[in-house]
Amino acid sequence: MAVALGLRAASEGKRTIVCEVSSQENASRMFDHAEVGFHEVEMEENLWSISIDPDESMREYVLLQLKVRAMRDMLFRSRIFNYLAAATPGLKELVTIGKIWELAQLDRKVKQGRKYDLVIVDAPATGHGIGFLQTPRTFAAIARVGPIHSQAQQLDRLITDHDHTGTAIVSLPEEMPVNESAALEQELRDEVGVAVDRIYLNGLYPERFSKAECERLGELAGGENGAVRAAARAAVSEHQRARSQRAQLARLRRRVETPVKTLPFLFEPELGPEAARRLSRRLG
Amino acid sequence: MPALGDVLEGKEVCICAGSGGVGKTTTSAAIAAGMAARGLKVCVLTIDPAKRLADSLGLKELDNTARRVDPKLFAKQGVEVEGELWAMMLDAKATFDELIARQAPDEESRDRVLNNRIYQQISSALAGSQEYMAMEKLFELHTEGEFDLLVLDTPPTRNALDFLDAPKRLTQFIEGKSLRMFMKPTGLAAKVAGRGASVALGIFKRIVGFDLLADLAEFFNAFSGMVDGFQARAKRVNKLLGEPTTCFLVVCGPQGEPIDEAVYFHRKLVEAKLPFGGVIVNKVHYPAEDLENGSEDLPAALGEKLGDEDLAQRVAANFSDYQALAERDARNIERLAKELRTKGVIRVPYLDEDVHDLAGLAQVNRYLFATGEERIAMAAGRS
Repeated sequence: MAVALGLRAASEGKRTIVCEVSSQENASRMFDHAEVGFHEVEMEENLWSISIDPDESMREYVLLQLKVRAMRDMLFRSRIFNYLAAATPGLKELVTIGKIWELAQLDRKVKQGRKYDLVIVDAPATGHGIGFLQTPRTFAAIARVGPIHSQAQQLDRLITDHDHTGTAIVSLPEEMPVNESAALEQELRDEVGVAVDRIYLNGLYPERFSKAECERLGELAGGENGAVRAAARAAVSEHQRARSQRAQLARLRRRVETPVKTLPFLFEPELGPEAARRLSRRLG
Repeated sequence: MPALGDVLEGKEVCICAGSGGVGKTTTSAAIAAGMAARGLKVCVLTIDPAKRLADSLGLKELDNTARRVDPKLFAKQGVEVEGELWAMMLDAKATFDELIARQAPDEESRDRVLNNRIYQQISSALAGSQEYMAMEKLFELHTEGEFDLLVLDTPPTRNALDFLDAPKRLTQFIEGKSLRMFMKPTGLAAKVAGRGASVALGIFKRIVGFDLLADLAEFFNAFSGMVDGFQARAKRVNKLLGEPTTCFLVVCGPQGEPIDEAVYFHRKLVEAKLPFGGVIVNKVHYPAEDLENGSEDLPAALGEKLGDEDLAQRVAANFSDYQALAERDARNIERLAKELRTKGVIRVPYLDEDVHDLAGLAQVNRYLFATGEERIAMAAGRS
């Protein structure tokens, strides 16, 4: 999804970067590209990808904070510094968000940094995602003074400023994902204070058969043998899935305030850039 | 792979691990229900902060106490549960608080910890505490011995590593050996350790702000009396995970990515010398049976039967889409079996209805607990 959104933005001429935060490298895999790691790598015209590693982010952050080379070399070798960095709760998440913020700056802190119009973050799953987005606020509360305190506050302002930041919830047309998405919408809005712009319901089956057709196919599935029966059964099965998914879609629409956009299920063995491109054309 | 019922025979702890969105929570609940049906007293624990398990068990709310799932609900689905099924949703903060209360030498040290802001952050708001506390709760329930079997639903795979390391990381954090040395007011240790360390500390202070450091110092001081207790406990938790009565099940979906993660997680389990029990693949598209007769001109055959060319074309197109997915699934599962060097993989088909209630669980259960022959029969019975 994050890649599809990225492709869409890139096709509109926006310089876009997709950030992954769990070292899963889905984007590079999708484009059959070598792992990108902590580098901004171009995947397509106007589309870059980066996998944000907290240790690398921490390193970069310290490099930007300290100008004296000898001092930072010493710092990285210091056991106590590494211990503190690992022990400070939430510091990993904070520097990760910090890096995202840095990418979003038009005046990049990194030397000769590319300017992006849009930064897309493939955030962690529901439960952890909320905690992730709240990190700057919780951090600003523990570190009451010092550079981190003000930077954490700055990050929180970025997240909650709808002129700059919005979220998209990606859901599936099934009972539990629908429940979760509805709860997530509320939490994001009320607790994290971030705007929810769109909910994408992914993987919606096409309605290929009418009810009457399905009844005829059901009869055929009962009587025939071999491929005809198997094909008739597959059709009945598709019809039932498609219908139960429509019911979930309706339920989702009733339970949320955000506009819901549906995306089709792609009957493709492996999802590559072509599939992402097709999805991207359905976004908007 | 032998039937799941046999794999879990005599086990006291069953840990389900896998990436998100593969039906891990549902699988955990179905396993627990299946073992309860076999006469055991089973408790299923979820540490997923999203309240999925409550949904699938029809419970209004789950908190840090185990609640029994009403056997009447099962009876309605035609499932007779000889044993008992209990469910619990982990409240990480409450578990941590309980643990502190238990480990603290006196009320004053307990309150000092509970009121410390660093503690409050790690115990509730920040990512990672769920993993720490799931292990703790699992251990606690196991020690109490109220249940025959505990089934644990873990967070997604990328966190599963955190999860395995949780006890070690927790004690390392609390020990804070190197740090506490420098926190001592005399600062003598700092001088002994050399200038480098104290400069590093100084820089860290400058970056994160002095107050945080002071809170950390206070945190470690407050914890100092409990370090030994925590260490001993973490050791026992680790031991429990490696016991032969513990069983790790890897749950995944049939797409390439979840399969890769299952392989990855399996490797980590083996490296950590933890008991791997088997792998369950959910939402599998089964291939159609015996296609040797007349699959070459399916649209024509369908057209003849249906007397509707257009419909026949659509049915054929739909069928070929499904077959492609079934072939992909079969290929991926074969790869998984090869990577894991396991003979068989438990497959749960992509059911026509979405699984979110007890009826669905009962259906999943039939596939999970089927013996070899039953499984073949069920696969053949489906398109």
